[in-house]
Amino acid sequence: MTVATNNRVIEFRDALREAMSEEMRNDKRVFLLGEEVAQYNGAYKVSKGMLDEFGPKRVIDTPISESGFSGMAIGAAMRGLRPIVEFMSWSFSLVAADPILNNAAKMLYMSGGQFGCPIVFRGNDGAGGQLASTHSWCVESMYANVPGLKMAIPYDAYDAKGLLKSAIQDDNPVFFLESERLLSTTCHVPEEEYTIPFGKALIRRQGTDCTIIGFGRPLHFCLEAAEELAREGISCEVIDGRTIRPLDIDTMAASVTKTSACVVVDQSWPFASVGSEIASQLHAICFEALDNHVHRVHSDDVPTPYAYNLEQAYLPNKRKICEAVRSATYNA
Amino acid sequence: MADINSESAINAGQHQTPQKSGKCSPVALPEKAVLLGWLRQMLLIREFEVRTMQAYQNRLIGGFCHIYIGQEAVAVGTIAATNPDDPIVAAYRDHGYALARGMDPKHCMAEMFGRIGGCAKGKGGSMHMFDAAHHLYGGHGIVAGQTPLGAGLAFATKYEAEVIAGEKSNHVTLCYLGDGALNQGAFYESMNLAGLFDLPVIFVLENNGYSMGTSIERGTTMATELRTKSEAHGIEHTIVDGKNVLSLYQDFKPIVDWCREESRPYFVEAKTYRYKGHSMSDPRKYRTKDEEYLEEEDDCIEHLSQHLYEEHDLTPDSIKQMTRQVKTQVRLAVEWAKESPEPPMEELYTDVYTDQWGPYTGTSKPQMLDQEDET
Repeated sequence: MTVATNNRVIEFRDALREAMSEEMRNDKRVFLLGEEVAQYNGAYKVSKGMLDEFGPKRVIDTPISESGFSGMAIGAAMRGLRPIVEFMSWSFSLVAADPILNNAAKMLYMSGGQFGCPIVFRGNDGAGGQLASTHSWCVESMYANVPGLKMAIPYDAYDAKGLLKSAIQDDNPVFFLESERLLSTTCHVPEEEYTIPFGKALIRRQGTDCTIIGFGRPLHFCLEAAEELAREGISCEVIDGRTIRPLDIDTMAASVTKTSACVVVDQSWPFASVGSEIASQLHAICFEALDNHVHRVHSDDVPTPYAYNLEQAYLPNKRKICEAVRSATYNA
Repeated sequence: MADINSESAINAGQHQTPQKSGKCSPVALPEKAVLLGWLRQMLLIREFEVRTMQAYQNRLIGGFCHIYIGQEAVAVGTIAATNPDDPIVAAYRDHGYALARGMDPKHCMAEMFGRIGGCAKGKGGSMHMFDAAHHLYGGHGIVAGQTPLGAGLAFATKYEAEVIAGEKSNHVTLCYLGDGALNQGAFYESMNLAGLFDLPVIFVLENNGYSMGTSIERGTTMATELRTKSEAHGIEHTIVDGKNVLSLYQDFKPIVDWCREESRPYFVEAKTYRYKGHSMSDPRKYRTKDEEYLEEEDDCIEHLSQHLYEEHDLTPDSIKQMTRQVKTQVRLAVEWAKESPEPPMEELYTDVYTDQWGPYTGTSKPQMLDQEDET
């Protein structure tokens, strides 16, 4: 091959596939199951070609039966297999709440350490495009409340590969939240195997006046906002949390201590949310350093609307983030 | 059917209708020594449960506690038909399976006492008996929540054999459920997946007539034709006498062998009766004393004792002696459990994750992050 490895650019979905395929080549205990993952090549083409490489015993089409196949995969994980369960959408995980929350997250504890659950649940999280209320769930705040699970939200293709490989290698249940809106985005992704550790936030933009903290897709809006605010003379530091459980509050607090202002951007609803949790922790740690209370940008506290204009107004976006930063820094 | 060379065997939409060979003929009874072992196990479970109720009333046991008295033959007879390394998973009325599988009664009792000597270090309690050494994958608290796990255990044994070891699957999973689970969606999803993927799992329905206070007729359609529930998923069904460990074993053993050989699921309905309430707090006002009396006359321990008197010259004295031994064993288990210390405070924070996590502080990062720093 003459293509320079260093410069390879691929889509987010290709990076997810590469992570799964590498891990399946490395470890026969790893297998993929879910709706349309095999013969259909994946509802969003994430698993395209995997059936051809690994065969139907390791890339397994399931019926539309989330509670059943999630629970089945957990039973398999109790014996030490390492299933990857694809939810076509995390919205559909709601009917699997008992297995994924009661069994996957609590098995190790309830069994006194005898039976773990090395499993990855992954799929699209958050609003797609006018999917209306039932198909637009952001499950991070609701599920992050449960101890025993880990949770990652990748921002780009590079992180998607490294974080997913870490998730598959993890001996604990991992909830891996992707975004349909990011699957076609591209960036440089090395062909080599690499992992990104959980609990390590990344500073995606350096700044001095205000810290903006986000995860996954809304982080793109955070970076757009930082660009616009820079033109106004407000220098923002943008932090990609990468994982919610564990949460790298230290990196966030260090930045806030430096900037004295903070906006948390969380695409789930505001009440009892990841955003409110981070704000609470920062208020405690950075109480002296903060010049203003931590501001938060969420989806509005209503069911997700269908109409285009309403949905756009409902979601976190650049305008809302800019307004929050101006308020937090007394530039409103 | 379960052709390990067939790539499609585990793939949705490819499976064949079960063959007639799913109808199994009864096997012969094992020798006297084995039958005596069963009697001893049934006596042990009953005595254990009697002492469990006492301990509960004495507040040595907290929470929900479900007593197995009356159903002993089901656990003993079905488990006798398995290999020791065949996985077992159950709901929350789970003391009987643990004891029948070989868990030491003192570990079972200590678990209910919430002591460190319990099978799960006191972190699970009465409803969550786990025992890796005896391939017991738990009692589970949400009705029918164990049924997808049962399918998954069977999936795993098959996958381990066919994909990892490259050999024929040789395990059967027993997944127990009560008649209340008949009305949960998870059970039907589990049967559908087991049928679709040719999973060697036996769903053992212990039909004791009541889901808590609701009689089966009030809770499920086709209550007297439960075969219809599995036939819809292409799964063979049979009814066994859950009060007669002899006929139960004779009927159940060939099913275990067939599922193991064919790598197919089965739905077995064991007709039985729980003598006590749904849980310790149940006054049983939904059924009559006459009904209870008649059911208790038809007792599984009496049936086996009678058979041993008539066919193997066993004397009532030898049964009394066995009963005394079992009472001593359980009394010692209770004493042992009382002596076992409460779990130390650090146990609060272990087994949450396989890596150390630590208490939530809201102000600092979890301990595991400290350990992973600079790595």
